[in-house]
Amino acid sequence: MTDNPAFRRRGAFATLVLVVLAGTTWYAAAELQRARAEQNAPTRVEVTEDVLDGPHVLFRGTAPGELYGRVAAVALDDLSGPREVTPVVCDRVSSLGGATVCLRTRRGVVTTYEAEVLDAEWRTTATWPLPGIPSRTRLSPDGLVATTAFVTGHSYSQAGFSTETTVHDIDGAKVSGNLEDFTLLADGERVAPVDRNVWGVTFVDDRYFYATVRSQSLGHTWLVRGDLTERTLVTVLDGVECPSLSPDGTRLAFKRDVAADGAAAPHWTPAVLDLDTLKVSVLDAERRTVDDQITWLDDTTLLYGLPRADEPGTTDVWSLPADGTGKPALAIPQAWSPSVVG
Amino acid sequence: MSTLARATQGEAGSQTSTSSRDPASRGRRRAGRVPSTVVTLGVVSFLTDVSSEAVMAVLPLYVTAALGMSVVAYGVVDGLVQGAGALVRVAGGWAADRTDRPKWVAAAGYGLSALTRVGLLFAAGLPAIASLVVVDRIGKGVRTAPRDALIAAAANPRNLGRSFGVHRALDTAGATLGPLLAFAVLWVIPDGWTTIFVISLGAAVLGVGALVLLVPDLRPRRAAWLRTHRTRQDRGLPKCKGCTCDAPGGLELAGRPFSWSFLRGGATVRLLLVAGILGLLTVGDGFVYLALQDRDGFATHWFPLLYVGTNATYMLLAAPIGRLADRVGRARVLVWGHALLAGAYACAAVPFPGAATTIAALVLLGTFYAMTDGVLAALTSALVPTAVRGTAIGTAQTVTAVMRMVASAGFGVLWFAFGSVHALWIAAAALVIAVPVCAYLVRAGRLERDPDLVEESPA
Repeated sequence: MTDNPAFRRRGAFATLVLVVLAGTTWYAAAELQRARAEQNAPTRVEVTEDVLDGPHVLFRGTAPGELYGRVAAVALDDLSGPREVTPVVCDRVSSLGGATVCLRTRRGVVTTYEAEVLDAEWRTTATWPLPGIPSRTRLSPDGLVATTAFVTGHSYSQAGFSTETTVHDIDGAKVSGNLEDFTLLADGERVAPVDRNVWGVTFVDDRYFYATVRSQSLGHTWLVRGDLTERTLVTVLDGVECPSLSPDGTRLAFKRDVAADGAAAPHWTPAVLDLDTLKVSVLDAERRTVDDQITWLDDTTLLYGLPRADEPGTTDVWSLPADGTGKPALAIPQAWSPSVVG
Repeated sequence: MSTLARATQGEAGSQTSTSSRDPASRGRRRAGRVPSTVVTLGVVSFLTDVSSEAVMAVLPLYVTAALGMSVVAYGVVDGLVQGAGALVRVAGGWAADRTDRPKWVAAAGYGLSALTRVGLLFAAGLPAIASLVVVDRIGKGVRTAPRDALIAAAANPRNLGRSFGVHRALDTAGATLGPLLAFAVLWVIPDGWTTIFVISLGAAVLGVGALVLLVPDLRPRRAAWLRTHRTRQDRGLPKCKGCTCDAPGGLELAGRPFSWSFLRGGATVRLLLVAGILGLLTVGDGFVYLALQDRDGFATHWFPLLYVGTNATYMLLAAPIGRLADRVGRARVLVWGHALLAGAYACAAVPFPGAATTIAALVLLGTFYAMTDGVLAALTSALVPTAVRGTAIGTAQTVTAVMRMVASAGFGVLWFAFGSVHALWIAAAALVIAVPVCAYLVRAGRLERDPDLVEESPA
């Protein structure tokens, strides 16, 4: 029997199965134990109260431990100081104080995604499903909620990536539907590239907004001015991604891809566009690549998140002068998706 | 799945004890039986699909959540890779035919993909991950046609459709299980990316191991040659064992060598034409899912799970429909499967949002796959000579894949020009016209093997 090569091979395969099963089980068990320990470990951040009553910055906390992912706030005048931690867990937040939008991944064997509007007591007032991974959100003082989600492919064999950006009412009613269905006007001409994607909305008022439209085939990444009434997107400038309107409404902060043509990966540098002169100043004091929708701390300072290279899952919020006069500085450690509540 | 279990069991038993069974029942069993090699290849695909789909399903999440980047950059490589993967398929089939060693060409493809899993454990940053995805898909392209040639070589020609069906059922089971497994890991271990990569590597290694250790090194061309050259004289051997007198060719059992001339055969061209036309009207499930999601909240809520509905149907129906195709004609089933696709488009387009139309669309889509994917491979294998089988399967699949890419691009234009609903109605209408035309093209016997290409007659 043992001389039969077929039996020998089956034996070898059975051994391989045992080795692989034992190995993966051992690794998964060790990882599970580590994750459990980390999840239950106290988060080492200084916690306080009453921050939410005053001017503050709300964000997603990314310090490892039991408070990982929980929405927290720091006082506007003490960004690196102690934080007040809320009961909610979000991937991205945008807040006005009285109301907060929270985009969230509901994990499970069936993983789903949703957007939620919360009141000041963190009770849910509206919720609607998202088709994919939450990416950006903005809540406007006029009660509009913009959300961007990545709709990823279902299967290995299919080209599958696009964004879905929609505007909802604060009570969850649809306002715009998918912004890809708006009429796109490039230099006055109507264009309809198949592969267009819309993301990164920033509101001007209850009718107008700015956003990004990218078409790989046309080779453009446009800043567009959107009109919710006319249902149009009008191109303003090329090479602008993820715009963010300054509090005084005169400038847009955005990220610009400065990688050389043909580079394997984009390299985004923060930049500011003056809406009167359409002059762009690239803030290349920031040398790292910034993949975030920038937030204005005030009219002179930008905030954005950066991942820590050596700690997966942990990010920091950095600040940078909007006029290019200074270097980036660590603003809120172990934080993500900042939202200024004045 | 019970039929699968029975098939495996029956075959394993037959290895040692068939001779003791009575001949009548043996003959009946043989006609309906799926060879153990096919089931093993199904298990190989199952493991490999668990491995690849688990990673692919969570990769976007990994890039955003763990690496802190947006997926926009990730989408960039996708289109390019699709094209490259499709072309590599022909090369994989060609290599299998030339060497007459489909097992080892397939093993190279599976091995390449398994190696990318090792790479994932160490990859940091988007460029590295994107390159690994590219290499993985090249591996997938290389292995597909040789593996299908192996299935065709192992299967009984009369139930080719069923054999491919059983293989596709196992393959789809893996593709369904992979993502669910990955999300389950993330559920328990929120940052369990490496755990997923380790499981994926394990499944890939087992897949390659099952192929290398359990699948026989079938030599389809040599086997065909031996079947048609039965006498020692035919085989160019000396008239008696041990004779050393003038043997003309020695022991070169190569059979008819590979030649691209199969592409000139009328039936092959007809098949590629039909596959091309139908591929051109197959716009990709992504659009159907997006249209469903656009229309109602049920589909949006379950969006990440829509593919499970499609796959479950595909999995359950692949083997029975393959068997049906063997009986009523594979070409007919392939063509009429596209009528169901038109039905799926209609379900996604009708203005009745809700669970019923969504589920109907998914079931129709899954049945469409069961009627087309494995059946196309079975049809092609039966149509062409053994010496070119791998290349022909690869070519037919490439034609289908490239045409589907063109279809998706063209459909995108319609989608934006007329809106999703009108675009779907247009695609459904085009299918309703094309299906009868294609059915006419493949009517009775048109997709039989070309008489002038039959190599299984003694030279």
